[in-house]
Amino acid sequence: MADLELQNVTKSFGDVRVIHGADLKIADGEFVVLVGPSGCGKSTLLRMIAGLEPATSGDIRIDDETVNHVPASDRGLAMVFQSYALYPHMSVYKNMAFGLENTRMDRAEIKRRVGNAAEMLRLTDYLHRRPKALSGGQRQRVAIGRAIVRDPKIFLFDEPLSNLDAELRVSMRKELAALHADLGGTMIYVTHDQVEAMTLADRIVVLNEGRIEQIGSPLDLYNRPVNQFVAGFIGSPRMNLWECRTESNGDAGIRLHAGSNALPFTVELDQVPDRLVLGVRPENIEVADSGDADLVATVAFSEQLGGETYFYCDIDGLPQITVHQLGQRPITRGQALPLRLQRDQLHLFDVAGPVLKHRAGSAE
Amino acid sequence: MMSRIASFVLRRRNRRKLHWTDVFTYVYLFLGVALMFGPVVWLVLSSFKTQAALQEFPPTFLPLGQISAEVDGFEDPLPLYSVTMADGTVRELAQIRRIGIMAQMVDPANPQEKLQIPIAGREPVREFRLAIENYTKPLQQFSFFRFLRNSVVVTVGATIITLLINSMAAFGLSIYEFRGRNLTLGFIIGTLMIPITVILVPVFLVVTELGMVNSLWGVILPGAATPTGVFLLRQYMLTIPRDLIDAARMDKASEWSIYWRVVMPLSMPALAVLAIFSVMWRWNEFLWPLVVLTRNEVYTLQLGLNAFQGELQVQWHFVLAMTVVTLLPVTIVFAFLQRFITTGIASSGMK
Repeated sequence: MADLELQNVTKSFGDVRVIHGADLKIADGEFVVLVGPSGCGKSTLLRMIAGLEPATSGDIRIDDETVNHVPASDRGLAMVFQSYALYPHMSVYKNMAFGLENTRMDRAEIKRRVGNAAEMLRLTDYLHRRPKALSGGQRQRVAIGRAIVRDPKIFLFDEPLSNLDAELRVSMRKELAALHADLGGTMIYVTHDQVEAMTLADRIVVLNEGRIEQIGSPLDLYNRPVNQFVAGFIGSPRMNLWECRTESNGDAGIRLHAGSNALPFTVELDQVPDRLVLGVRPENIEVADSGDADLVATVAFSEQLGGETYFYCDIDGLPQITVHQLGQRPITRGQALPLRLQRDQLHLFDVAGPVLKHRAGSAE
Repeated sequence: MMSRIASFVLRRRNRRKLHWTDVFTYVYLFLGVALMFGPVVWLVLSSFKTQAALQEFPPTFLPLGQISAEVDGFEDPLPLYSVTMADGTVRELAQIRRIGIMAQMVDPANPQEKLQIPIAGREPVREFRLAIENYTKPLQQFSFFRFLRNSVVVTVGATIITLLINSMAAFGLSIYEFRGRNLTLGFIIGTLMIPITVILVPVFLVVTELGMVNSLWGVILPGAATPTGVFLLRQYMLTIPRDLIDAARMDKASEWSIYWRVVMPLSMPALAVLAIFSVMWRWNEFLWPLVVLTRNEVYTLQLGLNAFQGELQVQWHFVLAMTVVTLLPVTIVFAFLQRFITTGIASSGMK
């Protein structure tokens, strides 16, 4: 159990800088998820925290102690790898005991700890098997067990669920959340899957191209993304982002022109840029009566999931729009669909990226 | 069990018909067996031939001995020949003596009648007979078991040391990243191009200075570091997933325990291959032991064999027989290790 602090940590491979000055504070007992597209540097950041990769500059502090030059084996952290990295020549028991044997722990104590972890992870019947005789989910649990027995200061997870099938991933996700509730340890979890991030995290750190874009609680990120990248990355399906032309309407606010469509409402901003990006999430678009529609779109195709329905619609001059509706909708391809945006759920972004205003819409 | 072996050996592409590829495969495999196994069979058969039979031309395939017959009136058994008589009939006669191109012969059934036969018209009557004395005689005179012991000590000792230090070098060159790693490997591989004859004298001087002449250490140590072994093991260790090494580091493993408890067990298949090579090299090594070992009691088997090769005369029958004896232990080791390799490869597979 420990807290962790990163101060302006950078990493370069040769001339290529992959982490640009990361600052992050993680409190004791917190579950923090690092999320971002592949190649954004999240795994590199985790490996630097673990001590498997030296930081180029900056400070990594665990419990107020700078650990930049402390080797991985002495940092007291435990890591769960994407490939599980179980020792194929050792039994499940040996795999879990290996880390303890290296600390010259008493045999009886090792046995007790491994026994407890195995019970917690339902591995008791498999302790004498080799990893190759286990299923993917069991291997994953062994890898987690190997971390648990060590009672580490911080747990590090490097995309631990990405090798599992969809169903197993959901159940392992629940187990991980339960585990965190049980153990209460500090956990840092890397994933590219924003659903995992949303469901597991106390706080999410969104990374893109080696930069921390935003840090915040899952709903905070969802409701108040600080830029277009976070807005597009968090939430599934993605937020609709349309580049709009603006037209000042004096005190009445700003009118927006999306493609060839003039939107029949105004937004309020202190400064009026020529162009801006309007963001609206799929669930904040309603199918309206043709009378009060903002836009009329043509359904390109629809996904009927029973409980909910997604429409992918085309509008002249705009990228494809995703619309989310609850329930089952008898709407077919090629049908014209009048759409209305929820006024109080609009996000406005600068064309360059940063947010201008959340909940920007106003009444007509 | 037998039926399983039979179905394994007589496997075909289809269950019923013989496909042309079956024929092709069998022809090819038999050719391979004849090519590789033929010389060994020839060696073993020849080792059972008498000295005279070895000199014979054309040579016979099987070890044969001439049949002798007891004939009344003669103390010693006489060799039997089948003789084609002037009238074309063939008779089996025993030879009493040979004078020039004529042989004086006698019919064992009728010992009174003596015949003069030209030697061109007779063929020795022979049967399959093993010259066991090729084996028993040298095993009594030749200190086979002492040589065997020396050879085993050299082979086992050198193989263990080779595996240890080669794997350590390979570990360093594969797991650690440092400047000049490839250059170092290049140097090591480069030494492959230096033949032993070139470094024979300097190495001998070193060994002499260290007082290892006429000691088995003098044979074991100089060849223990092999570039082939380092290269083989390094290439194998490169295939061990990096995550495993990282996982061991996170598990607080010391570098030694990463080497000994993670990398070595996972390199078993490569180690087994190198062990086989090393056993083969050391067992058959001749030139270097010949230089370092001069006293009979420290001779290895290969040097012992050399004793049958005089300057003027080579006792081929003994050389061949003892060659077969020296082959046996390695063959047994091979048969054992080969099984080990296949299981090693099968069990180290990481998904």
